[in-house]
Formats: sequence, structure tokens, C-alpha cells
Amino acid sequence: MGLLLALKKRFSFLAKLFFKKDKMRIGIYGPPNAGKTTLANRILRDWTGDIIGSPSDIPHETRRARLREGVRIEVDGKTLTIDIVDTPGLATKIDFHDFLRYGLSEEEAKRRAKEATEGVIEAIKWLDDLDGILLVMDATEDPFTQVNVTIVGNIEARKLPLLIVANKIDLPNASPARIKAAFPQHPVVPISALKGINIDSLYKAMADRFG
Amino acid sequence: MRRMEGVQLNLISKEMLGRMSSMEKLRMILDNVKEGKIVVLESGLTPQEEAKLIELTMLEIDHENFIGIEVETYPQKEQSFLSKIFGRKSGRLTVIGPANRLKTLEKQADIIKALVQI
Repeated sequence: MGLLLALKKRFSFLAKLFFKKDKMRIGIYGPPNAGKTTLANRILRDWTGDIIGSPSDIPHETRRARLREGVRIEVDGKTLTIDIVDTPGLATKIDFHDFLRYGLSEEEAKRRAKEATEGVIEAIKWLDDLDGILLVMDATEDPFTQVNVTIVGNIEARKLPLLIVANKIDLPNASPARIKAAFPQHPVVPISALKGINIDSLYKAMADRFG
Repeated sequence: MRRMEGVQLNLISKEMLGRMSSMEKLRMILDNVKEGKIVVLESGLTPQEEAKLIELTMLEIDHENFIGIEVETYPQKEQSFLSKIFGRKSGRLTVIGPANRLKTLEKQADIIKALVQI
């Protein structure tokens, strides 16, 4: 019985191939402060004219997943309709002392830390309800973090289409090449979500990968 | 005899991990790490177990004594044909410790450098 279930799970991609959904639910994942909300806002501003939430320099600004349904992206005559899920940043540790450095009171910092832990759990739970992932990495940081390795491993295990977004290429020490070298098995698109640099390449890659 | 000060390292063999269920492994890891110990797993965890470990860690963070974990592991290697069919993905050597004691210095495809604070 276990073997049958394992085989069914393994070959579920065949069913997906023949019975394609007319709408894909795409999750935006990544560690805190990688630019997930900035990217979600960029996509929504470009295709719907509004935004999903406010980004912040303080880590764990997004502590609840936010869903925006029915975003239509048109690239080279091809239309892709997606639901976007902006997820809280994933982390293996959350220390409220880190928030004190941003001028938060101890009470606010502790509340933020508690909500952040709940946000991480919510982000992990969302993995079961998605059809594709945009994994946002800060191109100025070392990509070999446990969070990145765990997300990639889980997406591979679920056989979900993945697009790695090497964000913040407008910064001088950004190195998308380091991300490509770390995860050579997956497509990497270098962008600046904040400045909109190379964003058309991302839409093209999304249409190819998720369309 | 003079008592030796230091951080306890628990090295768990592949065979022992193979006999444990996912939940047993995760409970053993978290119980040890919360006591300040460093756990070294010879065969590591599957990606799903890693995600579950993060979830359980988040539930147990108390913002005073336990602020989370630091995990050091290599990325997955290419899978064999059979493991691709049956979805069995074995992890690689993994080191897990309390976040306030274990710090990653450098991580590459096949080398991990970490610092343990005594």
C-alpha cells in the first residue's frame, strides 16, 4: 500500500502534464529581507496597478502569508494567469534581540518574534497548496544557507517548478553567478525588484516555467 | 579527577537513524539541542524532515532560553535512478546545534566551517 502511494506521488507530475490548470498558484519564498514583498509589489504594480504589502528594512516584516488572486501576465503573446502568495521569510532561529537594534521596544520586539515564528510555520504549510515557486535570494549574500537548501530540497521532493530570483543586482557587491554556481540544477534570473532591472526577463522566465 | 568543561557532541550513526521514525529523530534532535548539545547525524535528514524540524523549532522558541537552531548540511547529491522512482532521498552529514552556540562561518558545496561557542 505504501509502495502504491509512493508511486502515485512520484508520478503525479504526469497527471499535471495532461491536465494543466488554467491558473497557477505561485508562492514567493526566501529568507527574511531577500525582497519577497518588493518583488510581489513589482509584479502587482506592473500587471494590476496596486501592491500587496509594505516592505521594510526590519526582518520579518511579513508575518502572515498574503494571497492575491488572478494576476494576468502577458509575455510575447502568451498569457499566464497566476495567484501570488507572498510568504513570511523562512528562518531556523528568531531572536527578539535582533529587532531591538531597529529601535523597537522590548515588548514590540518580543511580539514581532512570536508572530515571526508563526509566520515561518505558515510559510511551510503553504508549500502543500502551490503549483510553482519563485525563490528569492539576496544576490549580495552567501546563497548556501540552510533555509535555501531546505526550500530547494522540499520543492524538488514535491516536483514543483522552481525559478530562483537573484535579487538586489543593483547593489555593487551582488553576485548572481554565486547563486547559479550553488544551485546549477535550477534556472536563475538576476533582477532588482526595487529598481525593476531585468524584470522583463523574469516575466518571460515565469511564462516559460509556469505557463 | 578534574571535571572537563565543554560542549557535548552527540554523533548519531546512520544505522541508528535508520531505525528511528521521523518524529523520533526530530524529538531526539530538539531535546538534545535545547539542552545545549550539538548533534551530528551521519546520514542527515530528508528535505521534508528538515522542514518539519524548522516547524517544530518555531513552536518551541521561548524567546528567552531557546531562540532556535543552527543547521549545517551539504546540499543534496544527484539521486540514483531507483531513488528517483521511489522518492527515497537520503540526507548527508548534518550538524545541528543551538543558534546561540553554533555559528556557520563558511559553507560551500563540500566544505562547512562552523564555530562552536563554549
